[in-house]
Amino acid sequence: MSKLKDGCVKPVVGPIMEETEGSSSASPGIIQEVIKMVAKVGKEAIDFEASAFIAGKGFKPVRLSDYKGKWIVICFYPGDFTYV
Amino acid sequence: MAAVAALYPEFKALDVEVLSISTDSRFVHKIWQAEELSKMVDGGVPFPMLSDGGGRIGTAYGVYDDAAGVDIRGRFIIDPDFVVRAMEVLTPEVGRNPAELLRQVKAFQHVVKTGEVTPSGWEPGDITLTPGPDLVGKVWEVWKP
Repeated sequence: MSKLKDGCVKPVVGPIMEETEGSSSASPGIIQEVIKMVAKVGKEAIDFEASAFIAGKGFKPVRLSDYKGKWIVICFYPGDFTYV
Repeated sequence: MAAVAALYPEFKALDVEVLSISTDSRFVHKIWQAEELSKMVDGGVPFPMLSDGGGRIGTAYGVYDDAAGVDIRGRFIIDPDFVVRAMEVLTPEVGRNPAELLRQVKAFQHVVKTGEVTPSGWEPGDITLTPGPDLVGKVWEVWKP
């Protein structure tokens, strides 16, 4: 297990999109408020960064676009320790 | 999640990266792995378990239930050009069929590699179709459900 530094509360990036003209966000390219885009088949995937737990590696941020060039499967699910 | 993990060697063999994601924190993921998943699947879940606290990522993927505060069951296949190829979204009561997920990945990989199209229920080795004017009205000659 790596000895990455970690805190109880860390800001996360979340969804990432191209900076749009007229955007006055403090963190360019990062959506702060309303997310209007929704993933669609045949369209480019929406990039994001999230904190993650990886077996054998510990806690690490993961950015979807780091896997560009490979086939990716993302599985959303309602919660750890649930029934299905 | 454990069911997908159980098929992980097959996903790996197809060079597929699997990511799971819920609104739970990375801390909860770690303990779920230690307490339960590692007992369901040898070695536990081998892929990154992502945290979507606040549901912003789930919102962007159309799977965040803001009344319940969780991401519902949705899975997405993304190709190497970063294009979403498939999605399946279920209300939480019914679990996924990872074998069907695997079948779709194989079909999409075949389609990208060959330019052919795969009929309903296609499995590797089954007949594929090459789209074109000559095939119009003639599919019945080569393929039936």
